[in-house]
Amino acid sequence: MSVVAFLFYLLGALAVLSALGMVMNVRNTVAAALSLVVTMISLAAIYVLMEAHLVAVIQIMVYAGAIVVLFLFVVMLLNLREDAFAPGRQWLVKSGAALVGLLVGAQLVRLLSSPLPAPPALPAGFGGYRMLGLSLYTDYVLLVEMASLVLLASIVGALILAKRKVD
Amino acid sequence: MVPLEHVIGLSAILFTIGVIGVATRRNLIIVMMSIELMLNAVNLSFVAFSRFLHSLDGQVFVFFVMTVAAAEVAVGLAIIIALFRNVETVYVDELHLLKG
Repeated sequence: MSVVAFLFYLLGALAVLSALGMVMNVRNTVAAALSLVVTMISLAAIYVLMEAHLVAVIQIMVYAGAIVVLFLFVVMLLNLREDAFAPGRQWLVKSGAALVGLLVGAQLVRLLSSPLPAPPALPAGFGGYRMLGLSLYTDYVLLVEMASLVLLASIVGALILAKRKVD
Repeated sequence: MVPLEHVIGLSAILFTIGVIGVATRRNLIIVMMSIELMLNAVNLSFVAFSRFLHSLDGQVFVFFVMTVAAAEVAVGLAIIIALFRNVETVYVDELHLLKG
């Protein structure tokens, strides 16, 4: 097994385990947010293995560095106590999760049994900032402008919604 | 080199964990974090296909998914803060004011 494949399986297992730790963690919301950070960083490492270097760096900066920090701000601002599943619903939750897991497992077995041919080698600079920047600012420049409008709308909306009193 | 099916399988597993989180947890903040996990799983799918089809369009789409995810998290958390100010809870069981 090559180094890339070994690292991919290791990071994939780490991502799945920390994702489970985030979803199954009932007592501590801050620990769930930190598990999500571990998931996002391991996904960023997988992006590097997939030759998507700029996306990996942006993932750490935006997701792990801004979005999860925002979650932690809100958790500490609201000062929440510990969570619990609703009483009398435990068996429904567990059987539902087991059913979904079985369905996805069956699909995965069917998926992995018919392999695709290996792809040829990539051009140099693939996934780097230069090629991605050229693509963004020539082919997709209108989408970049629309994304800036989306961010402006979300800034204004978040400010107004979280204000203490609108006068 | 890792086969494409394995990467898509990992994306499917992460997406399923996110769906289970959205469907079963009571805490609204954990629900929003599970939505972020689902978006990350989709990003992994895009990056995998971009690498295996030699097209940068997948990675460009990942940029915009991240932008929309950041905007959605900001507004969603502002809604949760405004809700908490009025109802004093973030548990979905106790939010039934719109119920007919």
